[in-house]
Amino acid sequence: MKRTTIDLWVGIFVAIGIAAVTFLSLKVANLTPQSAEASYPLYAEFDNIGGLKVKAPVKSSGVVVGRVASIELDTQRYLAKVTLSLDKRYQFSRDTSAEILTSGLLGEQYIGLVQGGDPDNLKPGERIDLTSSALVLEQLIGKFMLNFAEKGPAKEGSPAGSSGAQ
Amino acid sequence: MFETLTAPLRHLGHVTINAIWRLGFASRFLAAILLQSGQSFRRLNLTIREVYFAGVLSLIIIVVSGLFVGMVLGLQGYNTLSRFGSADALGALVALSLLRELGPVLAALLFASRSGSAMTAEIGLMKATEQLDAMSVMAVNPIARVVAPRFWAGVISMPVLAALFNVTGIFGGYFVGVQLIGLDEGTFWSQMQNSVDLHNDVINGLIKSLFFGIAVTLIAVFEGYDATPTAAGVSSATTRTVVTSALVILALDFVLTAFMF
Repeated sequence: MKRTTIDLWVGIFVAIGIAAVTFLSLKVANLTPQSAEASYPLYAEFDNIGGLKVKAPVKSSGVVVGRVASIELDTQRYLAKVTLSLDKRYQFSRDTSAEILTSGLLGEQYIGLVQGGDPDNLKPGERIDLTSSALVLEQLIGKFMLNFAEKGPAKEGSPAGSSGAQ
Repeated sequence: MFETLTAPLRHLGHVTINAIWRLGFASRFLAAILLQSGQSFRRLNLTIREVYFAGVLSLIIIVVSGLFVGMVLGLQGYNTLSRFGSADALGALVALSLLRELGPVLAALLFASRSGSAMTAEIGLMKATEQLDAMSVMAVNPIARVVAPRFWAGVISMPVLAALFNVTGIFGGYFVGVQLIGLDEGTFWSQMQNSVDLHNDVINGLIKSLFFGIAVTLIAVFEGYDATPTAAGVSSATTRTVVTSALVILALDFVLTAFMF
């Protein structure tokens, strides 16, 4: 085979390889060039973050507006301090509230932001004051049991209810 | 009496020494290839020619197997995931299993049987017909002229083929999941994008395939160079290439996975 033909085929081969890697990084891994100036940080403190993870989405009305940048425990007050990295295009008012929600019944957890009515916006690095923690299934069941027991063990022979009362 | 009693032990010792000797020879062979690489890079068209034979001609088998593996993953993944009501996660399942394990490993196994065996047979036959000796007589270093270009061609081709296997596999999964079963297209891609990490999954998969490329081609050229210069010797060297490559790929995959993830 002629050398130019081989060169051409190898060129096509390598080009396909580069295209495949580009496809994997852009379309599959969704690598979006996120520079520091395109986003700004905010932080929020939660009693309990449940299963929230770094890089979880931050959504407002279901639209992704940023990601969770870091999660750490504030050792002064023992609250979880979550740093959010939000898109510069989206500004939120000072009385915005943040809550930890779950997508679907068993889906991943994300932070939902609800815009408030204050005319002033949160500046980079400020704190979101209004927060509500993740729902922890065990605590929920515990509360339900307690409630159930306080109202009175209506039905006899209900071992779960009676053991909850003790 | 003593001779016959110790015969099995002597056999065991012989096998062990032989294995260690071959391992040492293979490492020295790798060092020799790396030392002679400068010379073969100066004549780059030798390497390009080998990339054509090892990489370009493997395209068909890689693309077709990638497509079918992806389609099977789509079908099986859908069957299992829909039992838990999470068929939406199919995109993530297909992409992660391909990028992390199946892509690099299956591409390397196919590459070993398609191109590795060809390299062994070619070099072994060159040795059997005394072409390598003829080169040495003409003061041409056979490692620089014959072995190093093949080695580098394999190392270059392997990650490219693995990336291509991943892409066609993902499209196979997409075809089955979205076009045939009728999952939502947006959910398929966004679930995949949410769970796939560039460094953790894509880059680590490519690093894996690079290691596999080095291992497979080294085994292939070594077995060819080390083959007994007879027809039977070349044939058994080719068999050994495929068997050893498969075992080394799977063992190396375990070690790399333990370190990476």
